[in-house]
Amino acid sequence: MLKAQVHTAAELLTILSARELKNGQVVFAGVGIPLLAATLAQRLNCPSLTILFEGGVIGALIEPGKLPPSTNDQRCTMRANMVLGSAEVLLLLQRGYVDVGFMGGAQIDQYGNLNSSLIGDPARPKTRLPGTGGGNDIASLTQMIVAMKHEKRRFVEHVDFITSPGFLRGGTTRHDSGLVTGGMHRVVSDLAVFDFDEKDRRMRVIALNPGVTREQVQDNTGFKLKFADDLGITGPPTDQELKELRELDPERLYIS
Amino acid sequence: MSDTGNKEKNRTAPRSYTELRKDLSRRDRSLREKVVSLEEATAFVRDGDSVGIGGSTMSRTPMGMIWALIRAGKKNLSCARSIVSSDGDLLLASRACNHIVTSWFSQGILWGVSKVMRHHIETGKARYEEWSHMAMGMRFRAGAMGIPFMPIRSMLGSDVGKQRPEAVEMNCPFTAEKLLLVPALNPDVALIHVQRCDAYGNAQFDGLQFMDADLAMAADKVILTTERIISNDQIRRAPDQTKIPFFTVDAVVELPFGCAPHECYGVYEPMMRHMEYYVDLVNKDPVKGMQEYLDRFVYGPKSWTEFLDLIGVEELLEAARAGESIYDA
Repeated sequence: MLKAQVHTAAELLTILSARELKNGQVVFAGVGIPLLAATLAQRLNCPSLTILFEGGVIGALIEPGKLPPSTNDQRCTMRANMVLGSAEVLLLLQRGYVDVGFMGGAQIDQYGNLNSSLIGDPARPKTRLPGTGGGNDIASLTQMIVAMKHEKRRFVEHVDFITSPGFLRGGTTRHDSGLVTGGMHRVVSDLAVFDFDEKDRRMRVIALNPGVTREQVQDNTGFKLKFADDLGITGPPTDQELKELRELDPERLYIS
Repeated sequence: MSDTGNKEKNRTAPRSYTELRKDLSRRDRSLREKVVSLEEATAFVRDGDSVGIGGSTMSRTPMGMIWALIRAGKKNLSCARSIVSSDGDLLLASRACNHIVTSWFSQGILWGVSKVMRHHIETGKARYEEWSHMAMGMRFRAGAMGIPFMPIRSMLGSDVGKQRPEAVEMNCPFTAEKLLLVPALNPDVALIHVQRCDAYGNAQFDGLQFMDADLAMAADKVILTTERIISNDQIRRAPDQTKIPFFTVDAVVELPFGCAPHECYGVYEPMMRHMEYYVDLVNKDPVKGMQEYLDRFVYGPKSWTEFLDLIGVEELLEAARAGESIYDA
């Protein structure tokens, strides 16, 4: 049993976010930990989880050891139900066929807005990042789960640039901007699991990861956190979860 | 804006319908042979053109055509692609392109942020115009449909939307809901790589389709590169497999391994050792490393075959074996 306690932060993140998925859901997954976690969930306890990729794939069954380097490569289509155009697969979000969007993030704020575009002045950025990809579409059009490494510089009060919208400035601002559906559902970090307050839409800790204290989460966060009254403690990764995960990514592309 | 170059024509405003139709009516749409060499095909692209690029990330990238345009010394291109990978690095570093229109631009998620992209955008040498992935698709779709815009429900509320004054919010005349109108994108020329096509340009592609069918219909000109040219009889035996009709196509180039070092579905996977060598070299020094790569792999070889030779038979075969394995699953 002790063996199971030895794991990397990325492994913990993958396993805990896999637990957030439910059998039968249709999930739109980004590359990296989301792809891995969705596949893990599918192999463990969600056999009828349908995974979509922005390359245009419905119902992927990723093979262990053959993880795709992006969600636009041929490996994503392995044993899928359907391959369609990338605009078409994104339009499934707009039509409403997708239960959950599942992404990684580089920087998130108290309202769940994500930045993957730039730091500094948009006209002449200090740091130009890769950009939204399908992130803005997914976050605009469905419920979101975000898996993130927990660092103070990543959990900030306000993101420099809203690439993928969470609850914008809180309250009803998301709805008022025309985004009448979706929103942040869960954030999973290597320290805790979060949801968002129903009213003010600020991030709230609902469960601490095994061995993590409230202070540790707050100290590593750039804004004042709320804690749920019935704050839970997440169970550690099981031997079976770790074993399956390591089989999926034997080259440790995403879990090292 | 910055030192981004010569003619600052508005590259985003959609053309009027009369103009769009007039431009199309001038094209020779007859069933005729269009096979040219890779070098000859570069004549279909003029400096300053807007260029739509097919495929996505490391998939079905028309890399050989891009390589040839850089060697031909093209300048000030505005390049639009759903997702841009190392193709964008090469286009910026060679100064062939000073404007990238896309939703995501880095070499690949495995390697973090492209230092080449960062260098060119952060110093103002080039502009990165960011749209959401779906918006890119709907812009090509509108272009393909002959309408000036498409309404979408994403990009609202975000800074991605705020940075794009070219997109206009409106209230739906039927439901009064807020929508974002994204302008049609009708590139001057599209570069698309396919697994097979005939000499007329009837093109079939397998697997991931990306936005290529819309892109072909939207563009004023299409240059196809293809793994192989097949007979028109073969096309006619399975016309339902044809995804791009010949009358949209202006040039056909037979170019085996035309996406190298990226992948071509069912034919070869990305050549990861070469990609890793490349990323390592250019991210260590986005100026000198990139110049070294361009000199050795773009300007150096006498032909595309010689470039493939530099990647090496072993890696090509390995990529081909992995590529074909998609049909074993």
